[in-house]
Amino acid sequence: MMWQRTPTQLCLECSVDLELSADQVSMCDGIRALLQGRFNPERVREGFNQSVYQELNDAGVFSLIADGFCWADAAIVFEQLGTFCVPGPLVACALSGELASHVEAHNPTVVEHLGHVDSVLCIGADVRRARADSLTGVLSDWPLDPLTPVTRVSAPAFTAIVGDAAAAIEWRQRGAVLTAAYQLGIASHLADMSAEYAKSRIQFDRPIGSFQAVKHLLADMVVRVEIARASVYAAAAHLDEPTDSGLARTIAVAKTLAGEAAIANGKAATQVHGGMGYTWEVDVHLYMKRAWLLETHFGNSDSHCDAIAASL
Amino acid sequence: MELRYTEAEEVFRAALREWLNSELPGMAPQPHREDWVARRKWDTDWQRRLFDGGYAGLNWPKEFGGQGATPTEQLIFFEETTKAQAPYVGVNFVGTLHAGPTLIEEGTDAQKAAHLSKILRGDEVWCQGFSEPGAGSDLASLRTRADRDGDDYVLNGQKIWCSFAHIADVGEFLVRTDPDAPKHRGISWLVLPMDLAGIEIRPIKTVLGSSEFCEVFLTDVRVPVSQRVGAENDGWRVTNVTLKYERGTAFVSELIDSLRLCADVAAIASDAAHLRELGRCYADFAGLWSLTKRNVSQTSRGTPGAGGMVIKLAYSEARQRFGELCLRILDREGLYLDGNELVEERLRTMSLTIAAGASQIQRNIISERVLGLPREPR
Ligand SMILES: Cc1cc2nc3c(=O)[nH]c(=O)nc-3n(C[C@H](O)[C@H](O)[C@H](O)COP(=O)(O)OP(=O)(O)OC[C@H]3O[C@@H](n4cnc5c(N)ncnc54)[C@H](O)[C@@H]3O)c2cc1C
Repeated sequence: MMWQRTPTQLCLECSVDLELSADQVSMCDGIRALLQGRFNPERVREGFNQSVYQELNDAGVFSLIADGFCWADAAIVFEQLGTFCVPGPLVACALSGELASHVEAHNPTVVEHLGHVDSVLCIGADVRRARADSLTGVLSDWPLDPLTPVTRVSAPAFTAIVGDAAAAIEWRQRGAVLTAAYQLGIASHLADMSAEYAKSRIQFDRPIGSFQAVKHLLADMVVRVEIARASVYAAAAHLDEPTDSGLARTIAVAKTLAGEAAIANGKAATQVHGGMGYTWEVDVHLYMKRAWLLETHFGNSDSHCDAIAASL
Repeated sequence: MELRYTEAEEVFRAALREWLNSELPGMAPQPHREDWVARRKWDTDWQRRLFDGGYAGLNWPKEFGGQGATPTEQLIFFEETTKAQAPYVGVNFVGTLHAGPTLIEEGTDAQKAAHLSKILRGDEVWCQGFSEPGAGSDLASLRTRADRDGDDYVLNGQKIWCSFAHIADVGEFLVRTDPDAPKHRGISWLVLPMDLAGIEIRPIKTVLGSSEFCEVFLTDVRVPVSQRVGAENDGWRVTNVTLKYERGTAFVSELIDSLRLCADVAAIASDAAHLRELGRCYADFAGLWSLTKRNVSQTSRGTPGAGGMVIKLAYSEARQRFGELCLRILDREGLYLDGNELVEERLRTMSLTIAAGASQIQRNIISERVLGLPREPR
């Protein structure tokens, strides 16, 4: 792995801390450099395939925990994947350790990346697997997220049980945290690219970023990113704790806030970019569509807010 | 990243809890909100107890009577006192949270000796005379004059929105000492004894129907030049020191209390849509609590992030959304204020998006300082 380091042990003497450690900063720089080198916008637009999987797998992205990294480290890596809008069933691959996508048992018929994975996992009361080639259906020729092909599968059968009820809960919690981290990356990138655009786009003889109506849209993007980041890091750090008191709620908070940050920043970014924001050419829509896609993963904000309220 | 408190911090927490357990039952009941004499006594009595217990001036350096506590210990203090429903800082707000810290950074030895220990003991109540009828968000346009006459300044002008002025002993006041200089360069920061001749104080009735703040009229008020903090005409710089503290940790207690209120409201809500929205409000507050901790982590490392600028803006708006939801849940039970904390809070929190920098100003600041966008006219 390119950003190798010694994984830290939980240290009883260090204080509550939601900022990256020095090690984590260099790990973050490492993954950024790797993604910058390999995933320029043209490559991203080619979508997910075997070589994307292989490169990320070789870099250790799908084996972080097995390699001794902690969930906080994993969240940092997934935040960066989101920043670059790297396509693919990345969270499912990281959780299963195989080339897989996932569905949820209550709605298992729309399957992502079916043509590029070995298996599909179904998370319900337990975790089950089906071989990808055992599932048949109609591949959509117009998916919402152009980089996430979806197949409408008729009567999917997930027969092999690969995890029990406890494993299903773990899958949901860990999946929600990594997805939230990716959503955070989306939100953060949209804020940065919109600010850059607002400084360079001139109207009425001045940068549009000097108009308060635009500045305030951008300030709100920052607000959402900052709160989402703190929440995601708190949830990831909580996964690393041996106790799970309050864990479910911390995760629900993170997934809710990161999901909403990604979607709301998608809308704001479109607005700031004007007509350019409505084009296929500018990347904003790719991030926006990924945000909508990920909102359906591991619980949307409605279900998480219901769960939070029930826990109060 | 790490969620655990150190052993030393847990010891601090346990001792604080024990102290609160022994102290709080002895407190007199909270006085009526319009009984200002009793309120002053109640709030300063609490300050005195904090002092005797070794918890006054937590973030002040030890050499000035403070506790020199770490930022994390301060968070624990806010957490525990709020959970125990201990009194809020109340009328001690200006003295302990921003005037005192300003004196520590900018005051002379004599000024420190005259005020710091009194503030910590609850023997001196401060108010803040910054805003004027013509100078709100554009604070630097203030016009209250201070004309030099020998060793005195002679003050003439009007201040407004001056919280606690009617019960304060002293105030931090901004005055114009050079009317000809550009507006940011002719300001001085004064310690004004509130019993000087020529000071007239008139309470203003707020939306709560009570009088939390006042107008202050200054007519030929003579105050010694030695009451100035910082150099003459350097008051804008000193003001920024004050504002830094004012906008700092002021909302932590409220934020923690908001989490408690969410649980209280969950108990009276039954509609599924209300509950979902309540879950959303809780997420807002929980996210801000995480951001508060992250902000402390960053500040402790000497690399403060955007959190400090974000928290005040986001908290005040989240709290108002929560208040709206409460009114909808209460429906007609929200038509009276007596004994109805949630309705009173809905009214009180209307000020959050205005006081200490209106939301629009906060958005200007974030977009300029965090994102580097073009600046507003100053
Ligand atoms: C409860 C409470 C307690 C207070 N206590 C004190 C105190 O103890 N001492 C003290 O000195 N002051 C105090 N204040 C005053 C407070 O600091 C001012 O109210 C605040 O700075 C706003 O000023 P203003 O009321 O004059 O509003 P204005 O500045 O007139 O603002 C009115 C509206 O215009 C907007 N606006 C103004 N300028 C801009 C701009 N550049 N861009 C976009 N929008 C803009 C504002 O956001 C606001 O929405 C208190 C206020 C409240 C509500």
